[in-house]
Amino acid sequence: MSPTAPTLNRFGVALLAEWRKLTSTALWWVLGVGMAAYLAFMGAVLAFTFAAAPPSPDTPAITGVDAALAVLGTLNAIGYVFPLLVGTLLVTTEVRHRTLTQSLLVEPRRGVLLGAKLVVAAAVGLLYGVLGVVGLLATSAPVLELVGDGIFLTDPAVLRVLGLGILVTGLWAVLGAAFGAVVPNQVAAIVAVLAFTQFVEPIARLGLSAVDSLSGVAAFLPGAAADAVVGASLFGEISGGGGDLLPGWAGALVLLAYAAVLTVVGRWTTFARDVA
Amino acid sequence: MDAAVLAVEALGKSFGPVRAVDDLTFEVHPGRVTGFLGPNGSGKTTTLRMLLGLVRPTDGRALVGGRPYGDHPVPGALVGAALEATGFHPGRTGLGHLTAYAPQVGVDRARCREVLELVGLGPAGDRKVGGYSLGMRQRLGLATALLADPPALLLDEPANGLDPEGIVWLRGFLRHLAAEGRTVLVSSHVLAEVQHTVDDVVVIAKGRLVHASSLAELAALAGVSTYVETPDPAGLAALCAQRGWVAAPRDRGTQVDDVDAATVGAAAHAAGLELHQLTTRGADLEDVFLRLTGAAS
Ligand SMILES: Nc1ncnc2c1ncn2[C@@H]1O[C@H](COP(=O)(O)OP(=O)(O)OP(=O)(O)O)[C@@H](O)[C@H]1O
Ligand SMILES: [Mg+2]
Repeated sequence: MSPTAPTLNRFGVALLAEWRKLTSTALWWVLGVGMAAYLAFMGAVLAFTFAAAPPSPDTPAITGVDAALAVLGTLNAIGYVFPLLVGTLLVTTEVRHRTLTQSLLVEPRRGVLLGAKLVVAAAVGLLYGVLGVVGLLATSAPVLELVGDGIFLTDPAVLRVLGLGILVTGLWAVLGAAFGAVVPNQVAAIVAVLAFTQFVEPIARLGLSAVDSLSGVAAFLPGAAADAVVGASLFGEISGGGGDLLPGWAGALVLLAYAAVLTVVGRWTTFARDVA
Repeated sequence: MDAAVLAVEALGKSFGPVRAVDDLTFEVHPGRVTGFLGPNGSGKTTTLRMLLGLVRPTDGRALVGGRPYGDHPVPGALVGAALEATGFHPGRTGLGHLTAYAPQVGVDRARCREVLELVGLGPAGDRKVGGYSLGMRQRLGLATALLADPPALLLDEPANGLDPEGIVWLRGFLRHLAAEGRTVLVSSHVLAEVQHTVDDVVVIAKGRLVHASSLAELAALAGVSTYVETPDPAGLAALCAQRGWVAAPRDRGTQVDDVDAATVGAAAHAAGLELHQLTTRGADLEDVFLRLTGAAS
């Protein structure tokens, strides 16, 4: 009767369990489809804007591969709230629905549980990146082909922007999971994510870049760091290239550093507490 | 089977000013169903959570098979637990819930189906838990505990929300598990609920141990009493006074403590007292339980 004490690869089975937890509710595909649809819509709007923009004397028209890059480079800037949310929910949903007890019964090592969540967040984030790319291409490619100069899908610069966009989407999801570990209250976490991404950071970036001595600081905000990784930014386009960005690799490191700090804080707060 | 001995040693837990568990020591052995009893708020759930590594003790320790729960290689396969206020994601199906936790206790999807059948949730397993009744959730919790066919089971108020049929089934099932040599610990705040199931009892009140023994020893504490109905209460009172028996009015008659029916009957006969009813009352365990837990407050 006593089970032939299976010696399990604890991290491996924890990953599988996390993946099953994620995919056994509707949230992940609803958010994923939402991201693809939203990017498809924005892709169409942007492609038309660039392709059909009347030439004006002060802003030179964006044409050729530049138009394709400008559209495809928005994956991160427009879509990042989706991976951020799915990552956050990966942690907070366990607290909200009190499934954390069962999760810790099968894996009492809390670091293993949190670590598995971060890895699965990265995986689902990368998947969202691919979904976002599919959404963007689904509308912008036909529009640019028909009305503009084409989508240039085989151009190395275009491929690079898409690849980095997917990568940074994965990083956003990891950041989200780490944030969820620090703010386990689901409602508070969602409000905080939306407020930060939609209001706080955009205003902070504008505000900081307006003050000369602080303009360097703006580059270290998470959104700016993510833009740096991709090397293109809607924010940059709108404000006329405003705000200096870090080098791409440094942007990635800044995002990882945020995730690391949040993970450590979450591990020693939420994940260290009594589960009663 | 020794891996399945549960031991609590001088265990204590404070939540701020609240002393939830205090200097608690007891053991739970395989092959028996042990009732873990105490009034609301007496610290049962907290103790179980400490045994399972969910709550860190302030003092003492709680061990499973001589080690802290979390030190076992596959703890979820050693102890199956269904705790109060454990949640389910409402958007997940019963089967989805089980398959999510299956990898970490080393079982496959087929076993998940099997335990669903076992607890009577078979077809409901494909429905979302959000639509489950209280009793169905209770059964899903039990199914989760049974997933790895563990040698030890820890069930916190498992009868809550079960229908009478479910309760009878649960009793039989727990007895069956114990007969197979498993350790079964069941908490309850009503002794009567587990009276027909348990071999041993551990009674706590205000976080402290007030009694631990076999059920038979607990029953002995209750002693016997005899219930008598007579048309001549004054005569009966006089008889009891003469014999030095403790008598008290009860229901429509009188209860005579610590004397069996034969003795009371013979004495009444000798005194020419007319009796309409004469019954030995079995041990009233609930009384003992109330006395034990009441004395602590
Ligand atoms: N997380 C917590 N924070 C503060 N106090 C707590 C916490 N958990 C339990 N307590 C307190 O500890 C005491 C014991 O609670 P516990 O839940 O262990 O009782 P119980 O015996 O399971 O009760 P019941 O029969 O109602 O389930 C209670 O006074 C309770 O208020
Ligand atoms: Mg309780």
